[in-house]
Amino acid sequence: MIRFLLNRELRVEDHLDPNMTVLNYLRTQARKTGTKEGCASGDCGACTVVLGELDGERIRYRSVNSCLTFVSALNGKQLITVEDLKQGDRLHPAQQAMVDCHGSQCGFCTPGIVMSMFALGKNVGKPEKEEIHEALAGNLCRCTGYRPIVEAAEKMYDNVTPDSFNREHADTLARLREIQPRAQVELSNGKRKAYNPTTLAELALLKEQHPEARLVAGGTDLALEVTQLRKEIGTLIYVGDIAEMKQVQVFDDRIELGAAASLTDCYQALSNDYPDFGALLHRFASLQIRNQGTLGGNIGNASPIGDSPPALIALGAQLVLRQGEQSRSLDLQDYFIDYKVTAQQPGEFIEKVIVPRAADNGEFRSYKISKRIDDDISAVLGCFNLVIRDGRVQSARVAFGGMAAIPKRASQCEQALTGAEWNRDTIEKAKQALAQDFSPISDFRASREYRQLTAVNLLTRYFVELESPEVETRVTAYV
Amino acid sequence: MSNHHQNKKSYAEMLELVKQDLTTGVGRSVKHESAAKQVSGEAVYVDDRLEFPNQLHVYARMSDKAHARITKLDVSPCYDFPGVAIAITAKDVPGQLDIGAVLPGDPLLADGLVEYYGQPVLAVAANDLDTARKAAMAAIVEYEELEPVLSVEQALEQEHFVSEPHTHKRGDSAAALAGAQHRITGQAHIGGQEHFYLETQISSVVPTEDGGMIVFTSSQNPTEVQKLVAEVLGVSFNKIQIDMRRMGGGFGGKETQAAGPACIAAVVAHHTRRPAKMRLPRMEDMMMTGKRHPFFNQYEVGFDDNGLITGCEMKLAGNCGYSPDLSNSIVDRAMFHSDNGYYLGDATITGYRCKTNLASNTAYRGFGGPQGLIMPEIILDDIARRLGKDPLEVRKLNLYGGEGRDTTHYYQKVEDNALPQMIDDLERSSDYQARRQAIREFNAKSPILKKGLALTPVKFGISFTATFLNQAGALIHIYTDGSIHLNHGGTEMGQGLNTKVAQVVAEEFQVDFDTIQITATNTDKVPNTSPTAASSGADLNGKAAQNAARTIKQRLVEFAARHFNVTEEDVTFRNNHVLIRDEVMPFAEFIQLAYFNQISLSSTGFYRTPKIYYDRDTARGRPFYYYAYGCACSEVVVDTLTGEYKILRADILHDVGASLNPAIDIGQVEGAFVQGAGWLTSEELVWNDKGRLMTSGPASYKIPAVTDMPIDFRVRLVENRKNAEDTVYHSKAVGEPPFMLGISVFCAIKDAIASVADYRVSPAIDAPATPERVLWAIRDMEQHQQQARTAAVAETV
Ligand SMILES: Cc1cc2nc3c(=O)[nH]c(=O)nc-3n(C[C@H](O)[C@H](O)[C@H](O)COP(=O)(O)OP(=O)(O)OC[C@H]3O[C@@H](n4cnc5c(N)ncnc54)[C@H](O)[C@@H]3O)c2cc1C
Ligand code: FES
Ligand code: FES
Repeated sequence: MIRFLLNRELRVEDHLDPNMTVLNYLRTQARKTGTKEGCASGDCGACTVVLGELDGERIRYRSVNSCLTFVSALNGKQLITVEDLKQGDRLHPAQQAMVDCHGSQCGFCTPGIVMSMFALGKNVGKPEKEEIHEALAGNLCRCTGYRPIVEAAEKMYDNVTPDSFNREHADTLARLREIQPRAQVELSNGKRKAYNPTTLAELALLKEQHPEARLVAGGTDLALEVTQLRKEIGTLIYVGDIAEMKQVQVFDDRIELGAAASLTDCYQALSNDYPDFGALLHRFASLQIRNQGTLGGNIGNASPIGDSPPALIALGAQLVLRQGEQSRSLDLQDYFIDYKVTAQQPGEFIEKVIVPRAADNGEFRSYKISKRIDDDISAVLGCFNLVIRDGRVQSARVAFGGMAAIPKRASQCEQALTGAEWNRDTIEKAKQALAQDFSPISDFRASREYRQLTAVNLLTRYFVELESPEVETRVTAYV
Repeated sequence: MSNHHQNKKSYAEMLELVKQDLTTGVGRSVKHESAAKQVSGEAVYVDDRLEFPNQLHVYARMSDKAHARITKLDVSPCYDFPGVAIAITAKDVPGQLDIGAVLPGDPLLADGLVEYYGQPVLAVAANDLDTARKAAMAAIVEYEELEPVLSVEQALEQEHFVSEPHTHKRGDSAAALAGAQHRITGQAHIGGQEHFYLETQISSVVPTEDGGMIVFTSSQNPTEVQKLVAEVLGVSFNKIQIDMRRMGGGFGGKETQAAGPACIAAVVAHHTRRPAKMRLPRMEDMMMTGKRHPFFNQYEVGFDDNGLITGCEMKLAGNCGYSPDLSNSIVDRAMFHSDNGYYLGDATITGYRCKTNLASNTAYRGFGGPQGLIMPEIILDDIARRLGKDPLEVRKLNLYGGEGRDTTHYYQKVEDNALPQMIDDLERSSDYQARRQAIREFNAKSPILKKGLALTPVKFGISFTATFLNQAGALIHIYTDGSIHLNHGGTEMGQGLNTKVAQVVAEEFQVDFDTIQITATNTDKVPNTSPTAASSGADLNGKAAQNAARTIKQRLVEFAARHFNVTEEDVTFRNNHVLIRDEVMPFAEFIQLAYFNQISLSSTGFYRTPKIYYDRDTARGRPFYYYAYGCACSEVVVDTLTGEYKILRADILHDVGASLNPAIDIGQVEGAFVQGAGWLTSEELVWNDKGRLMTSGPASYKIPAVTDMPIDFRVRLVENRKNAEDTVYHSKAVGEPPFMLGISVFCAIKDAIASVADYRVSPAIDAPATPERVLWAIRDMEQHQQQARTAAVAETV
C-alpha cells in the first residue's frame, strides 16, 4: 500500500500494477488528461509533473517525467499536475506568462513546459537565463522555437504573488509528515509486486530473499524496459524511500554519494570540487531525469555510454557494494567486466560511491560529445585526470565512454603520458597510443572513425586548455 | 426574448465607442484562441476524450522486413489473449484496400507483399493497448525476403520510380554551360526529417446507427479521412462524419498519413460495432509513417568572373519511399524552388521520383521546396569560394530583377520582388559587414573555435500546385444574442489558423474576438475541403469566412436600409455597434431586430484562388498566386576538434504582407527557423542495411532543444508592405516560407569550415551537418590547406 497526495487529495493505493507509470496512472486511473504522452521515453517532457517532497521544514518541488516514474515512487509525496495550478478562473503566474508571451502553439508540449516552469519558480524564484535553459532542456517544443517560452519563464515572476501552494504550505507540510514512509510497504496487483524498504538493512534482506528482483532508483533507465521494450518486471524494489542511501556527505578526504541520491543532489558536491564534473552533469540528460536518476542507477545499468562512470573512473572513485550484512569496496573500474556484465554478485547492490577530494587529485577535465548539446547520449565521453609536477606527468588517469563495450581506461595512452615531460611531443605520442587503445563501433550516433578521431582530439583539447587557457576550446562556453 | 444586456449604454457613450477601433480585429496580436486552455491542461486532444465503457484500443503489427512476400499470416494466436476483440488483416477490409492519397499504392494493411520495414501487416483490437500489442506480436507472420532498394542512387540508376520524371527548361543550358567562363559541378545529399509532432497519430472512431462512423481524428485533412474511411468500409461519404478540434502539431505529417490509423480503427469498429481508438506509440509512429523526402541532388553551373550565373542544370532526385503518396507534387515543388530568389540563366531542372523500400515519404513544411531551394545556396557558396568573393555579394548579384531577369525557369514572372530591399535592410540591421570583419579577425586568432556567418534569402511560392485544391469553404451563424459561430474547412494544428480566421470575421462584423466561437472542423459543417497545407490555411479559409460574413452583412445592410429608410451607405458596423445614419445600436440588439424581421443570419462562404494555372506538358505556367519572402543572417561557432557548433545569433526579416496577427506570425517565423535549422544540423535519420529506421525515437533522433535556439535571436516582420495581390486583408501565408531561413545556419557552418582553408575552398558537406559531418569537412579543409602550403613551399624552392 502506498500513500500520497494527489495535489490536495490523499490517495491510498493498494492494488496497482507496480509496472504502471505515473503518467498512465494519471491518464487512466485518476482520469486527469492534462498531462500528455509525447514519447514515453523521458525525452520530450510533455509528461512533466512536479513532486513535492518533505525536506525538513520545507517542501522541495521537483519536476520529473511521469512516463518513467513507477507509481511506487509516489509514496509519501505530493503529486502536482498541470490541472492543479489554476485557481478558479485565475491562471497560475507560470500559465499566465505562457499565454501573455504566446508560448503555446499546438499546446501539446505546454502542460509539461508549464510544470517545468512552475518547479523552476518554486526553486529559484526569478531565474537567470541559464537556469531557464537548465529547467527547460528536457521539454521539447516542435512549434515555437522556444523564444516565447524562455520569455515567459523570465516574466512569470515579474509580479510575484503567493500561489495556492504557498497558502496551503503549512497544511501540506503537515499532511506530508503524516504520510512519510516509516516502515517498508508493498504494492501489488496480484501478479507483480514492488517493495519500498526504508532502511539499508531491509533492502539488503529483500535483495537476498529476491535475488531476481530489480532495484529501481530513479527508474529513468529501468522504466524504459517497460515503456519501450515492453517487458514486465515481476518484482521491483524501490530504493528511493531509504534515507541512508540518499545522503551526500563531504569529508576532508572524500565525497560519499549514496547510490540512491539523485544526480541533482550529487551535482553540488561534485561541481564544487570538479567544475567539469558539474558541467558534465549539466549536460547529463535533462533536469527531470537528473531529479530522478541516481549514480547507483547510472553505474548499475552498466551501460557503455553512461556519463558518470568514465568521469568517476578518471577520478579514482570507489564503490561500496553490499550484500546482506557484508560490505565490500571495489575500484569502480573493476566493476565493469564486459558489455552489461559487472562484478556485482546476485543479491548484491551498490550502497554508495566514494570520490576523492580535488586536493588529492590532478587536473580533471571531462568532455562530452553528442549530436545535440542538451539531453543527448554521448557519442564519446573523454575524461582526463593528470597530476603534473615540475613539467612532468606524475600520474595519468584517462577514461572514455562510448569507445568500448564498457567505460574504460585508455591504458596505452596513460602509459605514454606517465612519467613523460608535459609537452607537445608527449601529447603527440600519447595521441598515437590512444588511437591504439580502443576499437569503437559505428552506430547511428557516430561512426567508428569519428569516435577514434574525436577521442584523440580531446587529448589535444586537454593539453591546450591546460597550457593555453586563453585559447577558446568549447562551444558550450557560449550561452 | 429577454434582453440580458444589463448595462445599457447611453447614446453618447455608444457614439464615443464607435469612434474607436476594434481592439481584437485584423492586424492585432490576439492570443491564440486555445492558449488559456492549453496552459491549464483543459484543451482536449483526441486521446483526452472520455472513453466509452466498451472502448477498444488498436495496435498494428509492423513488418520487420523491408521487402518480402508474406508466405504465412495466421492471426489465430491473437485470440488467446483475454480482452482481444478482433484481429484484422487485409482480407477483413470490407471496401477498398488502397488508401493512396492521389495515386494508388498504399494498402491499408499489407496484402501479400510488404514494401518497407514498419509497414502495418495486421491489427489487433483489445480492451487495452497493452493487450492489443501483445496479441498482435503473437500472430504468426512468415516472409520470403525479396531484394530491397534502399538507396536513392540505386533507385535513380535503375530508374526505379514511383512516377515519371518531369523537366523545366528555359533556353539552352548545355550551350550556356559550354560557353561559360567558369563551371562547377557538384552533388549533395539533403537529409529527410521526421515531423516529430508532439502528439502522435491518433484517431478514435465511433460507429453510428446508419452503418456509418464518427471519427475524431488528429488530421490536417478531414475530408480525405472521410473519403478514405468511406472507401475502406464501402459506404457513401455521407455516412462518415469527421470531427477535428485540434492537433498537437502536424507540419505536413498529418496531411495524408493520419488516414491510416483512422481507417484501421474504422474497420475494427465496423466489424465489432464498438468504438475503437488507434494511437501510435512514438516508435511505431516514427517507423510506420513517412517523413520529409531525403533528396540526392546533382548540379552543374556556369558563371562569369563576377559570379553571375549564366547556365545551370540540376537533377533533383527525391527519395519517395515505397509509394507515390504526394511525391509528385513534392518533387515538383523542389523543382519550382530550385532557383530560390535567383535568375539561373539558361536552365534545365529535372525532378526524379525514386522508389525505395522505406516508409512513404510525405508532406513536410515546405513540401519539397526546401530540398530544392537549398541548392542555389550551395551553388552560390561554391561560386563565391571559387572567385574569392563574399557569398553575400554573389547572392545579391544573382537575384531576380532587371531586364529579362524576372522570369523563372517555369515561366512565372517574379512580380513585386521584395528581396533586394529586404537583403539590404537585413545586411544593415544585422551589421553584416562589420561582423564579417570581426569574424575574420577572430578566426585568425582562434586556433580551435571558428566562427561563420551567412545571410541567405527565401522566395517561396504560395498556392497548391495541384490547382483544384485552391478552394475553401466556411460557415457562419449569428445567434439572436449576437454571438457568432464560425466554422471553416481549415484545421488547427497550433499555427493559429482559427484565431486568424476569427479575427477576419471579427473585423468584418466589427465585433470583439470573444463574440466568436470556433468549433471543431467538421465535415458535416463544411464539406469537400482541401488539406490545411501549403501554408494556405489563412489565405483560403480566411477568404471563405470573409465571404460568408460579407453575405450576411450584405443582408443586414439591405435590411437596415429598408427598415430605417436610409441608404446602404448609411449603414456601418463599428466596434461592436451598428451605425445607421444617426442611429447607433449595439451589434446584439441590431441582430435581434434583424431576426424579428426574418433576416437569415446564417451563411456559407466559398473561395477559390484566382489567376493560377500550370501546364504540365509545356512545363510552364503561373503555379503560384504570389511569393512570400524572407531573409536570415546567422552566426555560428564551430569546434574544429569535434565538429560541434552553436548558433550564436540569428537576425531575421520576414515578409507576411499586412500581418493578420503579428504575434502569431512571429511565432511561425521563429518556430519555422528553429525547425529548419534542426533539419540541417542535428536531425539525422539513420536506417540500417535492412531498411530499419535506427533513429526511431527522440532518444536517437534529436530535434532542437531549448539551448539550440540562437543565443541572440532577433525577428522582425517587414512593415508597411501589403501583399500586392488581393489576399485576405493583403496578408501573406507564413507557415512554410520561414522554414527555409534555417538554411542560413547551414551556410554559416560551411562558412566557419571554409575559414580553415582561408575561404578558398567550398566545403562539400551533406545535410544534416551533424558534428561528425562537420568534422570530416574540416579535415578536408585541413588537407587542402596542407596541400596549398606544400605547393607554396614548392614554388619558393
Ligand atoms: C531521456 C534520457 C536521457 C538520458 N541521458 C543520459 C545521459 O546524458 N547520460 C547518462 O549517463 N545517462 C543518461 N540516461 C540514462 C539514465 O538516466 C541514467 O543512467 C540514470 O543515472 C539512471 O539512474 P536511475 O536511478 O534512474 O536508474 P534506474 O532506472 O532506477 O536503474 C537503472 C539500473 O540500475 C540498477 N540499479 C539501480 N540502483 C542500483 C543500485 N543501488 N545498485 C545496483 N544496481 C542498481 C537497476 O536495477 C537498473 O538495472 C538518460 C535516460 C533518459 C531516459
Ligand atoms: S512522454 Fe515524453 S518525456 Fe515522458
Ligand atoms: S506548442 Fe506545439 S510542441 Fe510546443
